[in-house]
Amino acid sequence: MHALYDLAVGPLAWLAFGVFIIGSVYRLLAMRALALRKDGAFVAYVSWPHAFKSLAHWFTPFGALGWRENPGVTIATFIFHICLFLVPLFLMGHIVLFDTFRGWSWPALPDGAADVLAIVVVVICAYFLWRRLSVPEVRFVTSAQDVLVVSLVGLTFLTGVLAYHRIGDNLVLTTLHILSGEAMLVAIPFTRLSHMLFGVFSRGYIASEFGSVRHAKDW
Amino acid sequence: MSFAQSWDFTPGARVVVDDLGKCSREYEWLEEPYVSPDGETVARVAALPDAEFSMAVGGEVWEETFDKIWYPRFSPDGRLTALVQSAGEWTMAVDGQAWETQFGYIWGTLFSESGDVIAAPIQADGQYGLAVDGQPWETLYENANQVLLSRDGKATAAVIQAKSLAQADIETFQQGIFSVAVNGEAWDAVFVNCWNPAFDATASRVAATVRRTLYDYTIAVDGKAWDGAYACAWGPVFNPATGQVAAPVRKAGAWGMAIDDRMAWEPRFAQLWQQAYTPDGGKLAAIAAVKFGEFTVVVDGAPWGVTFPVVTDLTVSPVGGRIAALGNAHNTDFAVLCDGKVWPGRYDMAWPPVWSPDGAHLAVAVERGGRFTVVCDGKAYPQSFDKCFAPAFSPDGTKVLIRAVADNKLHRIVAPVAAFTG
Amino acid sequence: MSTIADRLIEDEGLRRGVSRLTPEKIEKVFKELIAGECGARLKTYVESCVRCGMCAKACHYYMSHKDPSYTPVAKVSQTMWRLLAAGGRVEPQVIYECAQVAYTECNLCRRCIHYCPLGIDTGYIISVVRRLCHKLGVTPQYIQDTAHSHSAVLNQMWVKDDEWPDTLQWQEEEAREEFPGLRIPLDVEGADFMYSVIAPEPKFRTQLIYQAAAIFNAAGLNWTMPATPGWDNSNMAMFTGDSEIMSRVERAHYETAQRLRVKRIVMGECGHAFRAVYDVANRWLGWKWHPVPVVHSVEFFWELIQQGRIKITHKYADPVTIHDPCNIIRGRGLMDKLREVTHFLCENVVEMSPNREHNYCCCAGGGVINCGPPFKNVRIVGNSIKAEQLRATGVHTLVAPCHNCHGGLEDIISKFGLGMHTKFLGDLIYELMEKPEAE
Ligand code: HEM
Ligand code: HEM
Ligand code: SF4
Ligand code: SF4
Repeated sequence: MHALYDLAVGPLAWLAFGVFIIGSVYRLLAMRALALRKDGAFVAYVSWPHAFKSLAHWFTPFGALGWRENPGVTIATFIFHICLFLVPLFLMGHIVLFDTFRGWSWPALPDGAADVLAIVVVVICAYFLWRRLSVPEVRFVTSAQDVLVVSLVGLTFLTGVLAYHRIGDNLVLTTLHILSGEAMLVAIPFTRLSHMLFGVFSRGYIASEFGSVRHAKDW
Repeated sequence: MSFAQSWDFTPGARVVVDDLGKCSREYEWLEEPYVSPDGETVARVAALPDAEFSMAVGGEVWEETFDKIWYPRFSPDGRLTALVQSAGEWTMAVDGQAWETQFGYIWGTLFSESGDVIAAPIQADGQYGLAVDGQPWETLYENANQVLLSRDGKATAAVIQAKSLAQADIETFQQGIFSVAVNGEAWDAVFVNCWNPAFDATASRVAATVRRTLYDYTIAVDGKAWDGAYACAWGPVFNPATGQVAAPVRKAGAWGMAIDDRMAWEPRFAQLWQQAYTPDGGKLAAIAAVKFGEFTVVVDGAPWGVTFPVVTDLTVSPVGGRIAALGNAHNTDFAVLCDGKVWPGRYDMAWPPVWSPDGAHLAVAVERGGRFTVVCDGKAYPQSFDKCFAPAFSPDGTKVLIRAVADNKLHRIVAPVAAFTG
Repeated sequence: MSTIADRLIEDEGLRRGVSRLTPEKIEKVFKELIAGECGARLKTYVESCVRCGMCAKACHYYMSHKDPSYTPVAKVSQTMWRLLAAGGRVEPQVIYECAQVAYTECNLCRRCIHYCPLGIDTGYIISVVRRLCHKLGVTPQYIQDTAHSHSAVLNQMWVKDDEWPDTLQWQEEEAREEFPGLRIPLDVEGADFMYSVIAPEPKFRTQLIYQAAAIFNAAGLNWTMPATPGWDNSNMAMFTGDSEIMSRVERAHYETAQRLRVKRIVMGECGHAFRAVYDVANRWLGWKWHPVPVVHSVEFFWELIQQGRIKITHKYADPVTIHDPCNIIRGRGLMDKLREVTHFLCENVVEMSPNREHNYCCCAGGGVINCGPPFKNVRIVGNSIKAEQLRATGVHTLVAPCHNCHGGLEDIISKFGLGMHTKFLGDLIYELMEKPEAE
């Protein structure tokens, strides 16, 4: 198990970050090239001022019609996504690792707060899973991949929380946590999680069309 | 152009009609003025009391009056035509003389190049075709459109509907019900669609764009379709020297030029249309978009170096292989393009370029701030008017005839090319 | 859960179309389409849709049925995802289902763009499905017939070259009884603007041409209507997926305006036509913006009012409500001008809710009404939410400056017994304007 742990924090971590970063850059560049080649009559209208204005609305809770009409999801998804970035980036446990291996360090969240936020993410993942299985309009379009990606995120946070609280076999859970975290990073460029990469561009594009051609808001 | 031979090309300015509102009879209103090609007179539809209509030519109203009158047009040889209705029947009136034959409707008057032949599409008892100098086609069809008269006036053609179609019968339509009729005689072949028929130089052959299925576009010449199938195609033209047929075709999402079913210009344009051969057949020019939103003129496959958001009115010179067109930015800032160069002036509107018979000079009527003038070889005539009609050149190409309206008068100016100094 | 397969409707065009298909043929055409015409937009949309279902409430079909198979994302899942998953190799029956969803259960109204956090344009995905169905020859009979008409006579209703000017001259003659000296100027080069309409106007609603002429005449405008094909701005080929014919029609429209040397094109009160001319066909033709500027009637009336060129004798007294047509509101942002014009004409305007960019579609647009009688109920029952929205205003007059909206709303009004009548702005202006004293 130790060997696996060493593998996970060592080479696999390098690999995961590498695949995530290089994969993401590659996917963005490839998509840009495809857009320029095949969607010329649409890319031509991209207008960043309109895109930013619209994105500002969409990055504000209840700042767009879709958010207002789906208040539950809106609250959940904003908290979820904020914690998704906040917790792993500012977690003492993570910073310690970076400090140990690379000598990098930055301020951390208080452990208690990070813990609570992590548990919130797990709860929201459970809520998302529940929606997938029981809200008819979500269930109608849910595929295995959708369940898988929420579960992967949930599992990463859950195992992290369990490891932190020393519940269960700490080594097993920490290893599992690290492996699932790495799997999640690798999944970002290549699964539905790629919405992280493309979301601002798909919104920005349609906002440009609405703003510069149609003179109407898209939020 | 032979008919210009007789016109007065003595340099100088004359007021030929001193009051455009002049009318020999009491009238309710006069419609837009049409000026004769030689600039010597003006014609307006005159609405007379009691819902009678006629033409006022130089202020003199035709003897005959009609229930309705529209589409006044001068033929190139100076005869005035109009489409007229009496007692519910329509026909063409030429210099006040109505054709004997009457029709259910008549529209879209056509002239041969020298103006000696006058033709028009007609509808008679729900059947369609063309009438040439008053004589309708022997066979009429359920529909006929996209009509044309050859330059020499010897032949007419139209896309015709060869078979009936019941309401919402999409099946029969897709089996093909359209063809092309030349002088009233239809091709043997039918297609799903036929568009843009064109004559060759001697009016002995006709080519048209056709659709064999909803997706398969090609060109048919005298009823025989090319083998090649294209995603789309615009209207064809004949090479006046060789008789080859050139048409813009779409392949793999881009446009190229096919000549006799072979790709002459590789499909690399975002748009390609309005191709024209120089009269000697030496050059083929077309309007093209080299990129999305960037239009220019392409000559023998090579684009000019300058692009505009919009390019229109490609015109080739009668001799000398020169090419002109208009560029604009969404209907403003019109510029004249000539042989790959752009004239310095920018206008609110420009009219189709006119070449001198020797191809040495180019004149364009332009408008800026509501004032009109004529620009020749990039230089404007120093005077501006309320309206200018198409300019014309003297047969020797050294003088320009300006036909213009100012202060409710018709002005006729013959200006040597050197008089354009602006 | 019910799906499209549980509600198939017989249509001759769809039935005959699928009867000629095989899975191999479908696969081939699908692969060519994806490789040839689809790029980053489709790929991004399909891949990054997180299947969150937030778009459900955007769609009037879903809001009316509360059936999960009517949500925007469900329309995509039942069509494009399914085709992509199978690499296009599906049974012909699947194409029947795709066609019915694409042509009759989505109005391409773009309301869902206001709901999807990722900005996914479901309308675009559905138009790709339509393009496929067109290429496979599986299109509803009635709308296909209009596309045929566009191809043969460059207008939607088989109006022949003589019938058009003849109709205008007849309207001109009629109008002269009421407005002596009125003209519908045909083919006048150099006029300020070319007025274009959709083919149903000369065919069934000549009154609208009459009214427009009366308004322009009273305002003393320098205008023209073309005497040649190119006068019809409507475009059902855009909705069947026949981009080539769509563009042929709009090329003729723009070139007619260029030939007439007008400064602008003013379009009658139609929404989808505006979309075709303003937003769609110009792109296929390679023009980034409009070779001749296009102005919708709502905006044009607004200008005339600003210039004091529309004089009314009194305001319309009964309370009215405003329907915001998708194609000129989400498609052109005319919501404020529409309101200013309506307030200028009417005493009492009751807003419906939601409105402006967030208004519910009439369910007739996107070619759905043109799919004809077999699908009439789909768009009426599929828009009971609109009926509720209308009923809640409590008024009896509905201003809807769009032809499709008119047709669709009238059907909804009669089906749900709302006791309302719809009006174009032109109807109101004509009714209220100063007219010469009858002698
Ligand atoms: C390279 C991969 C990763 C490594 C090596 C790693 C390592 C660790 C370690 C050592 C801990 C502390 C456990 C303890 O205190 O015993 C931890 C906790 C945690 N990690 Fe990670 N982690 C990784 C990736 C991730 C990712 C991608 C996420 C989420 C996006 C994540 C979320 C968490 C959370 C939520 C906790 C628990 C915090 C708490 O409850 O206080 N980790 N991780
Ligand atoms: C800038 C980055 C991101 C943006 C703008 C973004 C935005 C969104 C939006 C708008 C939704 C749909 C609303 C919902 O159902 O919650 C969503 C869902 C989701 N996001 Fe993100 N996201 C981002 C990054 C991420 C990352 C990094 C992950 C995980 C690695 C992630 C995981 C998820 C998951 C699992 C869902 C689906 C929830 C469900 O099953 O309904 N997102 N995201
Ligand atoms: S009808 Fe409108 S809201 Fe519904 S899916 Fe289509 S575009 Fe979206
Ligand atoms: S709102 Fe957008 S991301 Fe969510 S299911 Fe609908 S289309 Fe997909």
